[in-house]
This record gives sequence, C-alpha cells and structure tokens, in this order.
Amino acid sequence: MKVSSRQVNGVTIVDLSGRITLGEGSAVLRDTVRELMRTGQKQILLNLADVSYIDSSGIGELVSAFTSLRNQGGDLKLLNLTKKVHDLLQITKLYTVFDITDDEATAVASFGA
Amino acid sequence: MTGDRVSYTLGSNLESVNQAETEAERFAAAAGFQGDELQEIAMAVREATINAVIHGNANDPTKTVDLTLERKPGRLEITVRDQGKGFNIDRVPDPLAPENLLKQSGRGIFLIRTYMDEVRFRNLAPGTEMVLIKRVRGAAAGTKEKQNDES
Repeated sequence: MKVSSRQVNGVTIVDLSGRITLGEGSAVLRDTVRELMRTGQKQILLNLADVSYIDSSGIGELVSAFTSLRNQGGDLKLLNLTKKVHDLLQITKLYTVFDITDDEATAVASFGA
Repeated sequence: MTGDRVSYTLGSNLESVNQAETEAERFAAAAGFQGDELQEIAMAVREATINAVIHGNANDPTKTVDLTLERKPGRLEITVRDQGKGFNIDRVPDPLAPENLLKQSGRGIFLIRTYMDEVRFRNLAPGTEMVLIKRVRGAAAGTKEKQNDES
C-alpha cells in the first residue's frame, strides 16, 4: 500500500492507495497514524479514494486509529470511499461511527466545527 | 486433482492467506463466477484463512491449513481446516452489538457469513473445519449450463 500525507488548514490528509489488509497494508496504516500522533498531528482525514479493498484486519486498524485519536483529543474522518469500502462499512455498522464525506473541503472544515 | 476439485496444504503464515485468496478467486472465476460474487468468494476465503492461521493455528509454524476448492452441482464449496484448539461458534461475540462496534477484532466470521450463502462449522478435535458454500446463479449458472450442453 502507498501512503502520503499533506496539511490543509491544520488537518493532516493521508492519501492511501492499495489494499488495507492483514500484513503490510494494516501495518502501514498503523505506523502512519502512530507517527502522526507522535508528532502532534491528531486531526486526521483518511482519503480512501484509491483503496480498493479492506479486510477484517484493515477494519480493525481503522477502528483502532479512530479510538486512539479520540482518546487523545483528536479525530479521524474518512474521505472518498469506493463502493466496495462503503458497502463494507455499512454491513459492519461502522458507517454510522465514522464521519464520512466525499468532499475534501467540507471534510477539512468539519474538523473545526 | 481434477478441474472440479483442488486441494492445498498451506503454512500458518501471511503468505498462505494471500495464496488462499488468489487460488479461490482463480477457481471461482473458472467456475463462471464474476463481479461482486467473485469478490465476495475471494474475501470470504481470505477471512476464513486468516481465522485458521491466527485464531486456529495461532501462527504455529508446525501446524498447517488445508484448503479445498470444489465445484459441485449447483454450488461452489470451499473447505478450510486448521489444527488448532477449536472454538464454539455459539460463543463468538456479535460484532454488530453496540458494545462490540469499536473492538479491533471479531468481524471475520461475520463477514464470511455475509459474503457466502451458507457456512458450516465442525470441530475436528483437534482443529476446526469451515465449509463455505456459494450457490451457482447468474453468470456462473450460464457457464455451467454451457458446459453441460457441450458435454
């Protein structure tokens, strides 16, 4: 999985590409979020536009990142879900847990709301 | 091994999870499954193999996972067996319960049941056998009919 991050108005947008699955994908997500938290970046927007697939391990990492950030006064939101990932979050009832949007500017602004 | 049945003995590691997913997708595609159904089969087999490697065999390198992919009349049948201590399916927590929604793990079997038409569990003492069934319909049914016509 490929990952890069950028800053927009105090929000760290993490662009992910590939699969978030047991092994490398889950580890990359976990390490990325941990490093951002370590450097004080706790408002994180995950751009999943190019994430084709998430397995149960990947869902676990998303949930873990979400709860870790919330526990430290931060937040994790999701941007641009593919249909497959959207369906996965719906059947696992996590669609109502995460703040999800398809518009980056709206998502960034919502962190300050 | 015939075109209708193939078996693999896999190690208890991540490579096995990826291999099982790839082989299941290839086998199901050859059986005529496509689109969402094909992806659901691949994802279910991935989750079943994760379950066997991590929760069944506990990543023990001396233990193996047996994967069998089989085309039967009207359905695709996939069997995943581990050599672990086994578990009681009735005691697996519901991942959709409010108190479990934010747990990091526990969604694998739920996803398998969601993606497949039927899932059976059997304690092997030691080990667990999981049988995943996807019924033939749509494009896959057309393929079967065409093959029957040609035979």
